[in-house]
Amino acid sequence: LAPWIPVVGLEIHAQISSNSKLFSGSQVQFAAPPNSLVSFFDASLPGTLPVLNRRCVEAAVMTGLALNCSINKKSLFDRKHYFYADLPAGYQITQQRVPIAVNGSLSYSLCIDSKMSQMVTKTVRIKQIQLEQDSGKSLHDDTRCQTLVDLNRAGVGLMEVVMEPDMCCGEEAAAAVRELQLILQTLGSSQAVMAEGQLRVDANVSVHHPGEPYGVRTEVKNINSIRFLAKAVDYEIQRQIEELENGGTILNETRAFDSKLGCTVPMRDKEGKQDYRFMPEPNLPPLILYDAKSLPANMNHQQVINIDWIHERLPDLPSVKREKLVEQYGILPEHSFTLLNEDGLAEFFESVVKQTQMKPKKVIGWILKDLLSYLKQHSLTVKESPVSSFLLADLLNLLEKKEISSTAAKQVLAELWKGEGKTPLEIVKRQKLELLQDQKELEQICQAVIDGQENEVIMMVLG
Amino acid sequence: AALKDGLRSQVSAALKEGRVTPTELCQRCLALIKSTKFLNAYITVAEETALKQAEESEERYKRGQPLGILDGIPVAVKDNFNTAGIETTCASNMLKGYISPYNATVVQKLLDHGAVLLGKTNLDEFAMGSGSTDGVFGPVRNPWSYSKQYKEKSVPKSHSEDEESNWVITGGSSGGSAAAVSSFTCFAALGSDTGGSTRNPAAHCGVVGLKPTYGLISRHGLIPLVNSMDVPGILTRCVDDAAVLLGSLAGHDPKDSTTIQDDFKPFELPNLTDVSKLSIGIPKEYHAPGLSSEILALWSKAADLFKNAGAKVVEVSLPHTRYSIVCYHVLCTAEVASNMARFDGLEYGHRSDVKDSTESMYAATRREGFNDVVRGRILSGNYFLLKQNYEKYFVKAQKVRRLIANDFEKVFRSGVDVLLTPTTLSDAAPYTEFIQEDNRTRSAQDDILTQAANMAGLPAINVPTALSERGLPVGLQFIGRSFQEKQLLTVAKWFEKQVQFPVIQLEEVKRHDYGVFQHQKSASFS
Repeated sequence: LAPWIPVVGLEIHAQISSNSKLFSGSQVQFAAPPNSLVSFFDASLPGTLPVLNRRCVEAAVMTGLALNCSINKKSLFDRKHYFYADLPAGYQITQQRVPIAVNGSLSYSLCIDSKMSQMVTKTVRIKQIQLEQDSGKSLHDDTRCQTLVDLNRAGVGLMEVVMEPDMCCGEEAAAAVRELQLILQTLGSSQAVMAEGQLRVDANVSVHHPGEPYGVRTEVKNINSIRFLAKAVDYEIQRQIEELENGGTILNETRAFDSKLGCTVPMRDKEGKQDYRFMPEPNLPPLILYDAKSLPANMNHQQVINIDWIHERLPDLPSVKREKLVEQYGILPEHSFTLLNEDGLAEFFESVVKQTQMKPKKVIGWILKDLLSYLKQHSLTVKESPVSSFLLADLLNLLEKKEISSTAAKQVLAELWKGEGKTPLEIVKRQKLELLQDQKELEQICQAVIDGQENEVIMMVLG
Repeated sequence: AALKDGLRSQVSAALKEGRVTPTELCQRCLALIKSTKFLNAYITVAEETALKQAEESEERYKRGQPLGILDGIPVAVKDNFNTAGIETTCASNMLKGYISPYNATVVQKLLDHGAVLLGKTNLDEFAMGSGSTDGVFGPVRNPWSYSKQYKEKSVPKSHSEDEESNWVITGGSSGGSAAAVSSFTCFAALGSDTGGSTRNPAAHCGVVGLKPTYGLISRHGLIPLVNSMDVPGILTRCVDDAAVLLGSLAGHDPKDSTTIQDDFKPFELPNLTDVSKLSIGIPKEYHAPGLSSEILALWSKAADLFKNAGAKVVEVSLPHTRYSIVCYHVLCTAEVASNMARFDGLEYGHRSDVKDSTESMYAATRREGFNDVVRGRILSGNYFLLKQNYEKYFVKAQKVRRLIANDFEKVFRSGVDVLLTPTTLSDAAPYTEFIQEDNRTRSAQDDILTQAANMAGLPAINVPTALSERGLPVGLQFIGRSFQEKQLLTVAKWFEKQVQFPVIQLEEVKRHDYGVFQHQKSASFS
């Protein structure tokens, strides 16, 4: 049987973290009462006009720069038409002709084996980033044959990030999205929490034999977590392979991932073969961005965006942060990945290192094994940890000074998890876990043991 | 003060001096609106709020603190501008009963200057048309149909036929606004102009109709027809008044990203006496097929007027003029298809009772809410926007639009200051004749002299010039350079003074206007 090459591309919609929407002044907020964050423009009242939100443009520029894109100094807005209850104007304002950023790349890393001991770096090309409006939400009430429409989300700014089909499996897709998520959170351009709908991923999947053209692709939607992304992609690859090997064909369709069943199903044909009748948005002039060279001298700085100014102020991206951690603390690259993967864990680690004499290379073990596994077991975030960095550092200091054994340390830690406010030293004293350092005292104890077990000793001496 | 008086020169002074009060003016206008109801110029008359505004204005005058020339001045607004608390219908079933929660920027500006908003005027549905005959509230009648001048000239029909069947159209689509100004029920009115919708009815109704440069006046709150061509239009009885209105409306609006950022300085028009430095261009392509010999003669006479006064009058060419109608048709319908997509019955406006599915509700709502003209344009527009047609039609039309704009640029660069052209092909047609042809045909015919200015975004103005043989108004159009409204209006004012266009003699007006009716022979005052 000829091998199959799976091809996976991603379309990711990241909600921009901003106070107000992309083209109107209404607030952006999660889980507000329905239709409480809707301006006249969002409701598409006739005669209202879009006004571009500066913060959203800055977020897109930051993201483009972080993804090594070329920022288009002139980009355009378009209308994409279709009828749907959650799209009040009957069209979405997007950037179809000339988006704000193009031709970037994202590097991400994968573990070769399950022990996290060997990592390999891959790259996926970023085709483009475009600014566009989010739609509202519609809830179908089939019992009453009605649809409930909430426009709170309508008009919120989105960055659509298009990743080329350079990935080959669920794991790669998941790793790429995870890295993107970290980047967005580091930049602050999006909070990128999938559970709150701030990061939505659609996967484009196809398979083909080596040397042959790409196969028909399907689009997989309704993926609500990174874990499900990997599952959905892998399922779809399998499904397509099985279908083709059984002599079937793949339809160019949209499928939804059913997380309960763990499979993809054809979606209710929402759009069919739609012609979106793209047209330039006549109410928005072209978006012109400047850099240090092109910035005219007499420009009002409130009215312009300087790409170079933004570039200079970009924070350290995750990849840079990891490198710095490895270099500064001598930890393994895999460790730096885990540290950045948990919100707040890197800061916790660094805080402990500051407060203890124990070498970072040793501290990391306590962080990644003991602390992290406990948090995971109890579904806690680092912020919610009952053991603060201060307490852990305190404990590690006792261990480092050889006042307790490592077994004892683990015992103390177990006690600390209870969060009863006792210090490590108090626990050690209470449970009499102190390591005896005094040679004479040790000899006395050993002698006492030997003295108490005379027969066993004679048996041992005789062999 | 008379209802006929110019704002800056007469009425403002009269109000300041207390010779007339805002309440009196308002009441006179409201009474006249009632007695000219047969014109069907108004869709909604906001009597209560108008009187209240007049009262407030009066207080300000008493304190000696009027907000400006427009304080206390009764105005009317075309019913495609949003007015908070007052119905905005666009003369369509789709928006019957729709009460907007906000004021269009231009409406807000008028109110901030103390103007008294009398009501919303009638139009073609969603501003699509050139007759003001295709709205759900019925057609608007041209006040000149009832003028002494027209009645004297019309061939008396059989005794049983009265003037009811003889009335002529206002032109469109801002016919209600033009009729309101023409019949003295208000001092000024807002219209809109996308292909000539302010200038056309201005010409037919014998009033001044100004289309400002695109980007000068905010469109926020103007329910759009073609976003890239629409402008709010100004209708007044004299050019000076148009300048006053322009001064209160122009300027950057942060809510409209297509308005220019530059500061706008309101201006007073000088009384031009020396035109020797002026260069008037006569575009030969505006000698369009169907142009009546009457208007041709008038146009020629006007050119001579300038020449004899010492101005340089040159024939120029705008070679792509003949493509503008087709180009306009493609771009207009494409934008209409897009702009009308929001009318789905969900958020506001008419919603059909058909409930089988969302799609069927949309379809029924739009079929019930829109007239044939609107639906026809939506279908055409969607066709042009289809992926396979987009390059062929939409993009091509945009390229032709660029050529049309370049034609004007070239002519203005060659030293021409202002262009002089006819505004319409003939005087106003009788309604019964006008409706013999469909909306699309009429629009294509009637827009031909006006819509190139919309394509190029240039300012243009209709100045009433003379009466036709039938006793109906004929106007001529001046087209100026981008953002050179001052120059354009100065030339228009000079011309207005020369021609001394007669005042309409309406029985109803005579009854309501206690002013110096006998002394006024013309609408222009020096």
